[in-house]
Amino acid sequence: MTPAAPRPADDARLERARAAVAAVPDPEIPVVTLTDLGIVRDLREEDGRIVVELTPTYTGCPATGVIRRDVRDALAGAGFPDADVRVTLSPAWTTDWIGADAAAKLRAYGIAPPAHAAAPATSPLRFVARAAPPGPACPRCGGADVERISEHGSTPCKALYRCRGCLEPFDYFKPY
Amino acid sequence: MGTNAADDHAQLRYVTRLGDNALVLGQRLAEWCGHGPALEEDLALTNIALDLIGQARLLLSHAGRLEGRGRDEDALAYFRAEPEFLNWTLTELPNGVGKHDDYAVTIARNFLFSALMAPLWEALARSRDETLAQIAAKSVKEAHSHLRHARDWLVRFGDGTDESRRRAQRALDTLWPYTNELWDVDDVERAVAAAGTGVAPASCRDAWNAIVDDALAQATLARPRDSEFVSTGKRGVHGEHLGYLLAEMQSLARAHPGARW
Repeated sequence: MTPAAPRPADDARLERARAAVAAVPDPEIPVVTLTDLGIVRDLREEDGRIVVELTPTYTGCPATGVIRRDVRDALAGAGFPDADVRVTLSPAWTTDWIGADAAAKLRAYGIAPPAHAAAPATSPLRFVARAAPPGPACPRCGGADVERISEHGSTPCKALYRCRGCLEPFDYFKPY
Repeated sequence: MGTNAADDHAQLRYVTRLGDNALVLGQRLAEWCGHGPALEEDLALTNIALDLIGQARLLLSHAGRLEGRGRDEDALAYFRAEPEFLNWTLTELPNGVGKHDDYAVTIARNFLFSALMAPLWEALARSRDETLAQIAAKSVKEAHSHLRHARDWLVRFGDGTDESRRRAQRALDTLWPYTNELWDVDDVERAVAAAGTGVAPASCRDAWNAIVDDALAQATLARPRDSEFVSTGKRGVHGEHLGYLLAEMQSLARAHPGARW
């Protein structure tokens, strides 16, 4: 649409909508918000209607439907009952969008945040031996002596690890 | 999209094939839910199945829009009959050889399938069909993680005990003839490749060979000999297994059309 000069009232509306969306927690990991995880890609106004774009973490993630509903409910509660909540696939979501604040919140919650940047999806397949990427540190004791129990854990985005130091198992948010 | 009706029709069939591959293999893998050989593998396969069913939803929604008859992904998944499914026969084969489920077959199939899907999605991310390109950019990450999982187990089985090696080789030998269908370029694939909206899987065969040979060497497994047999699932002509799979998958939706919970 053609951008008209924003009126102050529009700015206030957008801010109110942004604040409502920014408060929505992730349904699986309620200690972080959807915005923390980088799932909220855009919020704007089109023809007087608030439009939010979300990106799913994994295509089959069952939380995507709940997330969409939660955002719609939050906007309705803030006075935007006709908000349009869209799901966009491109650019594909990556754990690189999880900020430092969110990583600290995850750690405090007992989930090790991604330990390194995600590999580009289009990198050539290489199966020769190479230096292993850095692994997670135990979110409880901070120990680096950890072992992977399973690449797949309680949700599609997490792996299951165990700390050899404090002997506690923990979830690891996989770089993706 | 295509410049004429014939191209649009080819794109519809092409996208339906991709969607049906993901849906049918996702359903097969879901059969392991609660029956996995170990809890961790049960979770892994359920997660992989979930990825595939997620891809199927996106692809079949897109197919429904291309078709333009108002059918959504559920209508296409639950209310089409066997000959309307266009998945490769490889994806519909049972999870074992003969009567018994065999994890080696599941792993070998996931390996052969994802070794193609990883480079194919990579190429499709440049499709002129924008929706398909977006789905591909998302799916390529998933295909790479599925490939890692399957390759890891294939190497452990092949380079494992006598029994795991025997079963891994038997699984490969059983599934190998069904890979011919992947390279059998037909009018649909020629049309979408010419239009720039799709990619013939055969053009990813070198990449597939490299991935497969590398893994087989590490797994100390023999590459099965090629045969002349070409299965025909992508043309809607299926083996005896798909009907049972669909009957189970579709029964609830057909008994209670429009049911919600």
